[in-house]
Amino acid sequence: MKKVYANATEALDGVLSDGMMIAAGGFGLCGIPELLLEAIKESGAQDLTFASNNAGVDDFGIGILLQTKQVKKMISSYVGENAEFMRQYLAGELELEFNPQGTLAERMRAGGAGIPGFYTKTGVGTVIAEGKEHKDFNGETYIMEEGIFADLAIVKAWKADDTGNLIFRKTARNFNVPAATCGKVCIAEVEEIVPRGSLDPDQIHLPGIYVNRIIQGDHEKRIEQRTTRKKEEA
Amino acid sequence: MPWDRNQMAARAAQELEDGMYVNLGIGIPTLVANYVGDKDITLQSENGMLGMGPFPFEGEEDPDLINAGKQTITELSRTSYFDSATSFAMIRGGKIAAAVLGAMEVDEEGDLANWMIPGVLVKGMGGAMDLVAGVGRVIVVMDHTNKHGKSKLLRKCTLPLTGKQVVDRIITNLGVLDVVGGGLKIVEIAEGVTEDEIRAATEAKIVN
Repeated sequence: MKKVYANATEALDGVLSDGMMIAAGGFGLCGIPELLLEAIKESGAQDLTFASNNAGVDDFGIGILLQTKQVKKMISSYVGENAEFMRQYLAGELELEFNPQGTLAERMRAGGAGIPGFYTKTGVGTVIAEGKEHKDFNGETYIMEEGIFADLAIVKAWKADDTGNLIFRKTARNFNVPAATCGKVCIAEVEEIVPRGSLDPDQIHLPGIYVNRIIQGDHEKRIEQRTTRKKEEA
Repeated sequence: MPWDRNQMAARAAQELEDGMYVNLGIGIPTLVANYVGDKDITLQSENGMLGMGPFPFEGEEDPDLINAGKQTITELSRTSYFDSATSFAMIRGGKIAAAVLGAMEVDEEGDLANWMIPGVLVKGMGGAMDLVAGVGRVIVVMDHTNKHGKSKLLRKCTLPLTGKQVVDRIITNLGVLDVVGGGLKIVEIAEGVTEDEIRAATEAKIVN
């Protein structure tokens, strides 16, 4: 089955629809599926729910879909870098569900692994625990969190082969792996599609079984906070 | 003289033992890395890295290599990378020996508030709730009082909690206090600060 598509718009054709839930990889602006987000913007799809650790910045990442009011709800752990997000949230135009970062990652992992719920200590005694089932194990209290089963997953990887085996680079792996696994359909955008057989099977980060469609393209890979030291400090 | 930011960080670094895997929060906790000396400490960055190195030299920034504060960083010879689910599995699973983090309030039960002020823009808890619930030891580094001079060591936290009964040790500009049964215990006083000054600046119950 052919997995490689010409571009993000073609890869989204037939799988993107209004009101769907999309799990997106990335941490801050690192490892975000920037080409697919741009194509979703162009598609005009409405009322989208995003499970994504962050919401991008005003003009990059999921932020571009906030500008066009295509997002109905965000499930995120931290959204502090996005002024338009804050404006829409405070105006009641956008739903927001805060998840602790590890809980969000595990909800995606669990959904991808066919696990509808799990217990965690994270958030016990906080607003996160309100309305959730509490259960004691070995004298400690845990709350139940639910797996995320997304309609679509969009992720960014470094390299792929045409069967969808993916390799990520450095900390750009982040949420891309759990997000990819929890979508009914997963589209991966990569910097390079390499010939089958050229990736070391022992070094695959995400096996191609999780990836339905692949595109290759040029990535801006914007840096959110450029921090450096001077040579003389070494 | 109360400790300054660097002295607080240096004091916090004394808490770290050779061989530990540690997560440092944003702000003063980040400075702790400058004071670990010869100790073999591996820093975790919860976006998916063990063995976090210093900031890159100018021109060597890599957009694929950032820390949890989204700052560009570098790798070390010991570095490993992994996904977010794996990262928080090691946090939740108790593999990270200690977290050093800032706080808005801590109370005598060890409750911690550091993510949200009602009425003020909410940015999110990030990984803070997972860290305080999961790591072996939670060390808070913060000023003893807020900018209005009010104690940040309280009988009961007033802000929404990050975690309940999670703090082990508090390092402030005035000294070091442990969360023990029934209240906080003074274990160290900054040079030039008196016990009366610490007690006066502490709303939480101090026990001997």
